[in-house]
Amino acid sequence: MALKMVKGSIDRMFDKNLQDLVRGIRNHKEDEAKYISQCIDEIKQELKQDNIAVKANAVCKLTYLQMLGYDISWAAFNIIEVMSASKFTFKRIGYLAASQCFHEGTDVIMLTTNQIRKDLSSPNQYDTGVALTGLSCFVTPDLARDLANDIMTLMSHTKPYIRKKAVLIMYKVFLKYPESLRPAFPRLKEKLEDPDPGVQSAAVNVICELARRNPKNYLSLAPLFFKLMTSSTNNWVLIKIIKLFGALTPLEPRLGKKLIEPLTNLIHSTSAMSLLYECVNTVIAVLISLSSGMPNHSASIQLCVQKLRILIEDSDQNLKYLGLLAMSKILKTHPKSVQSHKDLILQCLDDKDESIRLRALDLLYGMVSKKNLMEIVKKLMIHVDKAEGTTYRDELLTKIIDICSQSNYQYITNFEWYISILVELTRLEGTRHGHLIAAQMLDVAIRVKAIRKFAVSQMAMLLDNAHLIASNTQRNGICEVLYAAAWICGEFSEHLEEANQTLEAMLRPKVTTLPGHIQAVYVQNMVKLYASILQQKEQAGEKEAAQEITQLMIERLPQFVQSADLEVQERASCILQLIKYIQKLQVKEVPVAEEVIALFAGELNPVAPKAQKKVPVPEGLDLDAWINEPPSDSESEDEKPKTIFHDEEQRHSKPRHPEMDEEELARRREARKQEQANNPFYIKSSPSPQKRYQDTPGVEHIPVVQIDLSVPLKVPGMPMSDQYVKLEEERRHKQKLEKDKKKKKQKKEKRGKHHRHNSLHTESEEDIAPAHHVDIITEEMPENALPSDEDDKDPNDPYKALDIDLDKPLADSEKLPVQRHRNAEALKTPESEVPPVEKKSKKPKKKEKKHKEKEKDKGKKKEKEKKHKKEKEEKSKDKKKSKKKHHHSEEEMAESVQNGTLDDEPLPPMSSYRLLAENPYIKTTYDIQGNLQNDSQVTVSVIFENKSTSFLKSMELNVLDSLNTKMLRPEGSSVHDGIPVPFQLPPGISNEAQFVFTLQSIVMAQKLKGTLSFIVKNDEGSTHEKLDFKLHFSCASYLITTPCYR
Amino acid sequence: MIKAILIFNNHGKPRLSKFYQRYSEDTQQQIIRETFHLVSKRDENVCNFLEGGLLIGGSDNKLIYRHYATLYFVFCVDSSESELGILDLIQVFVETLDKCFENVCELDLIFHVDKVHNILAEMVMGGMVLETNMNEIVTQIDAQNKLEKSEAGLAGAPARAVSAVKNMNLPEIPRNINIGDISIKVPNLPTFK
Repeated sequence: MALKMVKGSIDRMFDKNLQDLVRGIRNHKEDEAKYISQCIDEIKQELKQDNIAVKANAVCKLTYLQMLGYDISWAAFNIIEVMSASKFTFKRIGYLAASQCFHEGTDVIMLTTNQIRKDLSSPNQYDTGVALTGLSCFVTPDLARDLANDIMTLMSHTKPYIRKKAVLIMYKVFLKYPESLRPAFPRLKEKLEDPDPGVQSAAVNVICELARRNPKNYLSLAPLFFKLMTSSTNNWVLIKIIKLFGALTPLEPRLGKKLIEPLTNLIHSTSAMSLLYECVNTVIAVLISLSSGMPNHSASIQLCVQKLRILIEDSDQNLKYLGLLAMSKILKTHPKSVQSHKDLILQCLDDKDESIRLRALDLLYGMVSKKNLMEIVKKLMIHVDKAEGTTYRDELLTKIIDICSQSNYQYITNFEWYISILVELTRLEGTRHGHLIAAQMLDVAIRVKAIRKFAVSQMAMLLDNAHLIASNTQRNGICEVLYAAAWICGEFSEHLEEANQTLEAMLRPKVTTLPGHIQAVYVQNMVKLYASILQQKEQAGEKEAAQEITQLMIERLPQFVQSADLEVQERASCILQLIKYIQKLQVKEVPVAEEVIALFAGELNPVAPKAQKKVPVPEGLDLDAWINEPPSDSESEDEKPKTIFHDEEQRHSKPRHPEMDEEELARRREARKQEQANNPFYIKSSPSPQKRYQDTPGVEHIPVVQIDLSVPLKVPGMPMSDQYVKLEEERRHKQKLEKDKKKKKQKKEKRGKHHRHNSLHTESEEDIAPAHHVDIITEEMPENALPSDEDDKDPNDPYKALDIDLDKPLADSEKLPVQRHRNAEALKTPESEVPPVEKKSKKPKKKEKKHKEKEKDKGKKKEKEKKHKKEKEEKSKDKKKSKKKHHHSEEEMAESVQNGTLDDEPLPPMSSYRLLAENPYIKTTYDIQGNLQNDSQVTVSVIFENKSTSFLKSMELNVLDSLNTKMLRPEGSSVHDGIPVPFQLPPGISNEAQFVFTLQSIVMAQKLKGTLSFIVKNDEGSTHEKLDFKLHFSCASYLITTPCYR
Repeated sequence: MIKAILIFNNHGKPRLSKFYQRYSEDTQQQIIRETFHLVSKRDENVCNFLEGGLLIGGSDNKLIYRHYATLYFVFCVDSSESELGILDLIQVFVETLDKCFENVCELDLIFHVDKVHNILAEMVMGGMVLETNMNEIVTQIDAQNKLEKSEAGLAGAPARAVSAVKNMNLPEIPRNINIGDISIKVPNLPTFK
């Protein structure tokens, strides 16, 4: 025996082992891929041998290749073989490979259930350990359900090594099989007080993960954790517990109050920075949850901020980073205490480390005020210039916009300054945030009426310099701003000074190189411009100038008519025709301007993005009710639907009736207006119902400070926004002086009367009056909109299934499934059993159903056959779906529930019919089964279903053979011949034919291409048709199904 | 939760990859490449945290890495892990490797990736930290090695001999890529265990 083994390993020593493989790959740097494919071929040979050592060696090499990116799923079956080796050495190799490449979609994974169960109960603790480690990586819902009970037993194993692993893996089991949480929880709780620190730490770990997702279910554990926190000395455990408290405090403010003291003590006493940091973090969370400003808490805040400042000032970049991170949390609730450290944070902006700069940027967001916004943005603009060509610059850009636009432009006192900042940003090369700038321009121009005049002048300038922006292909992102510029100039054309010039700029041939959607906006808006110019000229009586401008349009528009972009082309041709018509009228000297401008009457107001969702359903409206009575099944289908259709058609055709008198029309128009007035979706034209050129916005919108137009729009050598900063400073200064004067006056008046009003005023927030009486139009919402914000929850959250009440007593039905003999179970489970747990997600419910169905199944053996068929049908449907989706969809889960229950049910057929191919004539499904008589053959049963109304005949099936798999053909025929299907198909009939394939190896999955040719015969004659398909042989399909009796 | 653990060298060659979430092999390679690009362009004296690997990710996740001589050790974790704690875990990991391989260097990782996996399995299981005590880890690893040796027994002898011969030329490859400064201690983290 020993000799044989020695001989075996002598053979083996000339095989490549992992080290040889690695060395070989390193020696074949030039043709690595070729070398590896050679090695894979060798490995395939090795896998075919019976010696488990050889197989293990091969699998070990495959694991290495997997790391290099090679798919090794084809060897899944061999990996399972190695996993089931008796020696720990091989077992470990097998489990490692499995943990690296198995997943829920691996079809052979269901074969591992019994092996893993065996390993879990192995007397060798390392066998158990290695199985637990492996399982933690590839546990599926089936494995979780079938093994939950075994793992739970291991939680009370005598060896702490096993206990801690079993405790940890329970988290994975809970995730995959949420029903196990309640039965396992008491034991898990017990482990929090395990004598072994490792086990304790594992239990804390698992409960923290659970509680993080659904904190409210774990509040009852707070006292226990509190005790642990004050007694434990293990920093890992402490950190986890403190983090957990951070998640719990928002739900229970009383807990927070209790925590502050011990946490403060820890902060003072610990020397471990990680613990200190987490303590500070949790104190912050507590303070946030206690938001009501209690007096003694300001001390805690001060302590936190002060400790964080120490972190930020530290030379260790990691601490600096974390300090900034935590600081941003304080910022949300206590901005004042952070703002005093502005100097420090601005300093961090200069740090060489990008992560730190980004964090500092985040902080800036919350630190701006009316007073310092301009200063901060100015600093950021300097950084933007420095950060040429990095992603950090893009980040800066978005931050600038975020900072300025936050809470409805709350901190912007001077919108001229903001617009000029935006214009300055358009000079950035190669940014991908052009659309962001564009959106801001649009938003500001629309919502701040007072700024429109200025915005339009700036946008006109941009359009004029469009060649700068659009010329460089690198700047592609930035050309989005032209979209905004064109629209603003068009929509608010009444503010344009040099409308002619702008129109000219928009008609330049260069414009046609812009992206289509921008050109479309150009085309549409040049008409708006044109309309306003036309009106201007007509009113001034300059008929010739008006005709000139029309001529210009007619000359230049054709370049857009030729555009390859459909939108541009369509708009341009429409508009060209319109203008040609206008020209005709102009020649006849008919005044047209009024009518042209009426095309663009009305003002657009922004609508809130959620407005549609928030419209309440009116009382008495049932959206689920049928509008028409559903046709009942009993009625003959031919007659009734027709009449319904007929009725409807009559009703519809009425309004379209051509002969409608004027009166009727007017009446209808009135009714429609009425309706629109009550309709929340209809965007009402605000104050002035018809926007006319003369109707300049109301007096209250005129800027308080007139723009000094003598200042050139561009100052050479100085960014424009600086100009406005200066202006603003002067303005503020003036304002202050005025105020001071007033105050002095007041003082004089009030001297001796009210002293407390005279407390010294430094310039505070409120003192800075905005330069414009800014009328920021808020987004429209439907009246009586619902204030709900529930639409943000993700229904597919995997952790939702774990939202389970853990304090309820455990019901019998919830016990984990245990391996049992079938007859015993059939007696035990009454049919009417209803699981009393509330399951909040749908998934477990469905599963439960299936489960029950199965149990019923067992109880009534008579019905079994019938049910089985049904399930089979269901399954084949499921498979079709899941094939399309490829994700671990619900269907797949349901399906695998079926497959995984090897133990307590007679084996369901391993495979069932799935779709092979389909076309309008014929649908084919197939099933592969191992041949009991000849183990190198499989039988493929194909069901042909005639879906057409024609007769199908002369069907012939042909498959392109592969090296491994060949179709068995009658003797004498060549490999290229097809096999005739031995029947013909009348319409609507299906029949089954079987084809035999021979195999070389059963460890290889295969896909065979093939064709089905047939003749379609109907009244018009017969046609030859073809249907291509792919036959998929998975490794599992080679298995032979045998009933198992115990 | 730890989402992934990657080790690669200064050129982006993977030396170990362990994903605790399912990704296809192609995606895994892409993640490794992306992570390498993010990490490799960072200077030495910057912080060890990185946000936003696009692939492995989401906003909740962070990359925490350490650079030792020729190797990068990268952990991708979500917000339930303490950043400084993970940094320390990496240190424990490297120290454990150093102990198990006796003065570990990149070559050890290249040729014995299976052993590295086994060591890692004693520290992190299914994405959760299992053990942080180095002595405990080393004890378990030693016990398993002993078990392996006893299994090989008589039959293992020739194979060991052959691999010894094969490894004879190993020293020719310069061992100067040693992780010499393995004992870098995290400043300000004196009493963390």
